[in-house]
Amino acid sequence: MLEIRNLHASVEGHEILKGVNLTVNAGELHSIMGPNGSGKSTLAQVLAGRDTYKVTQGEVLYEGRNLLEMDPDERARAGVFMAFQYPVEIPGVNTAYFLRAALNSIRKHRGLEELDAADFLDWVKDKMKLVDMDERLLNRSINEGFSGGEKKRGEILQMAVLEPKLAIMDETDSGLDIDALKIVARGVNTLRSADRAIIVITHYQRVLDYIVPDFVHVLIDGRIVRSGGKELALELEEKGYAGVEQKNAATEPITS
Amino acid sequence: MTTATDATLETWASQEYKYGFVTDIETDSLPPGLNEDVIALISAKKNEPEWMLQWRLKSYRHWLKMTEPTWQNVHYPPIDYQSIIYYSAPKQDKDRPQSLDEVDPKLLETYEKLGIPLQEQEALAGVAVDAVFDSVSVATTFKAKLAELGIIFGSFSDAVQEHPDLVQKYLGTVVPYSDNFFATLNSAVFTDGSFAYIPKGVRCPMELSTYFRINALSTGQFERTLIIADEGSYVSYLEGCTAPMRDENQLHAAVVELIALDDATIKYSTIQNWYPGDKDGKGGIFNFVTKRGKCQGRNSHISWTQVETGAAITWKYPGCILIGDNSVGEFYSIALTNNHQQADTGTKMIHIGKNTTSNVVSKGISAGFGQNTYRGMIKINKGADHARNFTQCDSLLIGDKCGAHTFPYIEVKNSTARMEHEATTSKIGEDQMFYLNQRGISTEDAVSMIVNGFCKEVFRELPMEFAVEAQRLLEVSLEGSVG
Repeated sequence: MLEIRNLHASVEGHEILKGVNLTVNAGELHSIMGPNGSGKSTLAQVLAGRDTYKVTQGEVLYEGRNLLEMDPDERARAGVFMAFQYPVEIPGVNTAYFLRAALNSIRKHRGLEELDAADFLDWVKDKMKLVDMDERLLNRSINEGFSGGEKKRGEILQMAVLEPKLAIMDETDSGLDIDALKIVARGVNTLRSADRAIIVITHYQRVLDYIVPDFVHVLIDGRIVRSGGKELALELEEKGYAGVEQKNAATEPITS
Repeated sequence: MTTATDATLETWASQEYKYGFVTDIETDSLPPGLNEDVIALISAKKNEPEWMLQWRLKSYRHWLKMTEPTWQNVHYPPIDYQSIIYYSAPKQDKDRPQSLDEVDPKLLETYEKLGIPLQEQEALAGVAVDAVFDSVSVATTFKAKLAELGIIFGSFSDAVQEHPDLVQKYLGTVVPYSDNFFATLNSAVFTDGSFAYIPKGVRCPMELSTYFRINALSTGQFERTLIIADEGSYVSYLEGCTAPMRDENQLHAAVVELIALDDATIKYSTIQNWYPGDKDGKGGIFNFVTKRGKCQGRNSHISWTQVETGAAITWKYPGCILIGDNSVGEFYSIALTNNHQQADTGTKMIHIGKNTTSNVVSKGISAGFGQNTYRGMIKINKGADHARNFTQCDSLLIGDKCGAHTFPYIEVKNSTARMEHEATTSKIGEDQMFYLNQRGISTEDAVSMIVNGFCKEVFRELPMEFAVEAQRLLEVSLEGSVG
């Protein structure tokens, strides 16, 4: 589904990604772990199409298409979803209205019928139970006045509503207490399916107790320095990033 | 934004002002210039009574002693008042058409093109329209139907002929002839406009509306509107405006006076879409307007709602004088400036009666090189016990070359008054756009979503039929503003 080859990206002339290689297939859940400043969020933003990051080398194929040539909204309609590390507040824009517009733009792209307000409400109410969200949040402005936990759960709700093919979760676990973390994990686990790929970007091993990955990759200084199964996360927990890096500094393409 | 989006946005930006066409019609125009003879001629063409002419001349003589104001936060080259044509009317076989069937088909076609059909059978159900073309009213729909309820609605000129007592009683009682430079000029040379009178206890069953169109070259439009809501009556009134695209600036200096007696309500909505000039700021209408309402009676209520998207310069402060106890004045405004447009607009609320309330919600949107100023005055007089005011003044910036400015003036002379003022300035952030894009929403839809969300409180105040139109207009006016 996703093939990243020798991806280099920089911001303001500063190179952050220095040759990332990664292949993700449908049905897989990958976790990308790494210390602060290693380029995890940059990778997520580049995949979603944020134009503050310049791709200087390499390519990204999504379902065989050149992802980097697509506009962010085009990528989204094609099924790429990013759960934001810092969900953005948009005053005055009703959450339900926004979500329905987003869903309908994606449904239209998929050749499905657009949902009217009543059908949409039925659709979304089911999904809200999944993340224990109060229906009243639908009538508030997007993320405005939401608590940190509500914002993160809101991202999972949006993912559940929009049903992406590829979901990238950018540190969705950061700043969550254990109860909220469990709710988020339940949401993500429910959304795992054979035709969907998920990339969970995180700083901490903790979340992987609840969302068990098929593959773990360690990203340090803009490169994936090690890849392995879920046990790699535990090794990281024990030895820290420094210990893992020394053991394997290989940069050859890693496929799964 | 990305290059691909830039390209789409540029296509938008090059879209032309939709109402910029000129109607080729024979006109009866005076030569440019202003003096007492011109005023006498205008008055004579309208077959006005002597008191009307005297009022005009008194205004003109006063105007000669006034100087053009310079305190407003807008910039424009000096206006040559001697090069303006003060009267231009479509030539007609007879003096005035007696019914819609007699209106020149070219005029009907013009309004058709503007989306305002004047044939009653095709007209918007529930909306009566008075169409003002350059200096004269060319048609009024549903006049007869309204007359059955005792409602007088039609051109100001007709009102001077048919209801001189009402006109004489109320004209200049809200905006005196000596009020300000442009209002005084209007008092001297005004040519037409709308007049409405709603009798006691009558709730006007349809929206009354006036559609103003400037067509002729070098012509100034000086219309005057007077609306009187008698005791216990209700009326909702809407005005819309467009003009052809021209390289020169044209002056539009109107006066609107509203009078609400005991328990009466007037809702006055404006959708202003004068030609704004091209993207380099060439041409466009100078929209210098004085609008004021007088809540004369107890429990009276006047509400101004304006959506100002057009004009090169907008300079207006629709206000309320709250005389009657428990009266309410409201002002809801959306002012949008794109490219090189300038707006200095806001309101004046003068609290005189007891328990008077005023609400002010102003939404300024600046894009391109647009400059947007909110200027508001809230004045609580000595006797206005327990007066209340709430003001909310929000600015939204799109891009980094535009400006938003706020000048609130508050004057309180009564210690029981309660005043609240809230102000915010925000920018459509790149992160907001990216967030919406990332959910599959296109850049253009994302901008209109954010702007509509920002303006929501004001749209709610517009009559249903026009809220949709206003939203669409805002979208069109914003095209090309994000890149």
